[in-house]
Amino acid sequence: MGRYVIRRLLQMIPVFIGTTFLIFFMVYALGDPVTAMFGDRAPDPATAAQIRRDLNLDKPLWQQYVLYMGNIFTGDFGQAFNGQPVLDLMRSAWPITVRLALLAVLFEMIIGVTLGVISGLRRGRAVDTGVLFATLVVISIPTFVTGYVLQYLLGVKWGWVTPAVSSGAPWDELILPAVVLALVSLAYTTRLTRTSVAENARADYVRTAVAKGLPRRRITVRHLLRNSLIPVVTFLGIDIGNLMGGAIVTERIFNIQGVGYQLWQGVLRQNAPTVVGFVTVLVIVYLLANLVVDVLYAVLDPRIRYA
Amino acid sequence: MPERYEEKQRADIGTQEAESLPGSDVLQAEAGGMAGTDQPARSLWSDAWQDLRRNPVFVVAGLLILFLIFISLWPSVVATGSPYNCDIANRNLGAESGHPFGFDSQGCDVYNRTVYGARASLTVCTLATLGAALLGTVLGALAGYFGGWGDAVLSRITEVFFGIPILLGGLVFLSVIKSGSVWPVIGLIVLLGWPQVARIARGSVITAKQNDYVQAARTLGASTGRIMLRHVLPNAIAPIIVVATIALGTYVALEATLSFLGVGLKPPTISWGSEISTASQQIRNAPHALLWPAGALSLTVLAFIMLGDAVRDALDPKLR
Repeated sequence: MGRYVIRRLLQMIPVFIGTTFLIFFMVYALGDPVTAMFGDRAPDPATAAQIRRDLNLDKPLWQQYVLYMGNIFTGDFGQAFNGQPVLDLMRSAWPITVRLALLAVLFEMIIGVTLGVISGLRRGRAVDTGVLFATLVVISIPTFVTGYVLQYLLGVKWGWVTPAVSSGAPWDELILPAVVLALVSLAYTTRLTRTSVAENARADYVRTAVAKGLPRRRITVRHLLRNSLIPVVTFLGIDIGNLMGGAIVTERIFNIQGVGYQLWQGVLRQNAPTVVGFVTVLVIVYLLANLVVDVLYAVLDPRIRYA
Repeated sequence: MPERYEEKQRADIGTQEAESLPGSDVLQAEAGGMAGTDQPARSLWSDAWQDLRRNPVFVVAGLLILFLIFISLWPSVVATGSPYNCDIANRNLGAESGHPFGFDSQGCDVYNRTVYGARASLTVCTLATLGAALLGTVLGALAGYFGGWGDAVLSRITEVFFGIPILLGGLVFLSVIKSGSVWPVIGLIVLLGWPQVARIARGSVITAKQNDYVQAARTLGASTGRIMLRHVLPNAIAPIIVVATIALGTYVALEATLSFLGVGLKPPTISWGSEISTASQQIRNAPHALLWPAGALSLTVLAFIMLGDAVRDALDPKLR
């Protein structure tokens, strides 16, 4: 197992370099961060040249990239163009988005898996059809539409929740944004669990368990669920990347000052160090989540053993 | 099943150019018949079509999509006037006669804006899907068929693209290209979407090329191009079509989300995403200006997802 993890970590290195270089290329080579700093005005050529020299922008692109990555691994993410260290922005933004994503994954796991098991065990009945139809509708409504509609209905019209999240982003104010963020993935989790449970419910080992006279509850939880959750775990792991991406939309709607909000601001103002810094960390999170998923495989399914 | 194989055999002899390789197609059918597990391509398609025609989900989705195609080709037939004909005096007014959806914050007729918004969504999703499917199929099929270093390189490239959440990549890429027309959005979706198709195409081609009839064709001296186009691809294309159909719906939603974030389609191009973004600032005063385009958008995505579901069920009988 240890060797497998190390091999996977090594395999991640080229992917990490490729992905971050692609983003780096988009921001620094396709765009012009120095011109962006001056907004609509044309910069004074001498000042612009000075800034380029200070930020290593006069060097070839691959050299800029190497210098940038070298700095990152010593904990220096550079400064946003307003002089604020990017690391400070991250310190305030990451805890908020981690809380948001945790809540969202929690909803997906609890509600999605429960609904999936219920409809999978009652395949073809009214509950199942209802769940299938509901998830189809949820999947087809884009996140930003659900966000605005729920914000309008629950926050503005009925006044059940505060429509915007305050700057500290406490847990209770994040509930609605997390539901909005989770909704589409929740529907996918439900459908996946349903298919998986329905398939496994006909498996031999379940029939054996029933024949042995085990209580229904134990069969469902210990035998059926454990085997049915394997594809769901994969999905949840990959989905963490989508959640982080989706946070751009959700955080904008509910005015949450997390990673997505900072990224969006950074992109709009072409604040290159902020964008590349945040994306780099996001890519690391995404790759690590995939690794955790692969390791969890072995824990959930004893047949899979990594050499 | 046996009568189907005979059918296929007859069809093969009838349609394919018998002069170049008279034996190979008969042999192909025979090999398929002996293996027993590989469905002949043509009967899979006619089977799928039989299934689809009887599937109410497909019929509903198909009619909706035909309607959407119609209004994006000829919006003026359905619309009551020009979408650019706005009068600020009508700002945020509700529905009235002749203006069933009311007016938005610029005093534009929401019904006409919604009708004219269909074109952008459909253009982006069809062209982007076509582009991603073509590029992905060609690269994935070549990598899967030939293997070797090209395959290794392609696999690494796909992994790199999978490392970037598509919304994030889109936001960064499109913010640099400030055009606001449909082309950069299509280009972006093709750029970030092809690896998904390539991965499926690669796997599917690898499975198909191991079949006996491919070996038989090779033994008979068929050229690589012929084996690829006539023997491998027709038997590997079903999963690609399924992925592409499902992608249609996701791309509609993706385009709207990018436009909503202010980096996708921009005025004067009318798109549901940017309509919703503008209306969101006035949601307290004029929720209808947000709800109508949002409804149209969701209905479009729903139609494409239903189509994708139906096509998948029809083409992949194992999933039933």
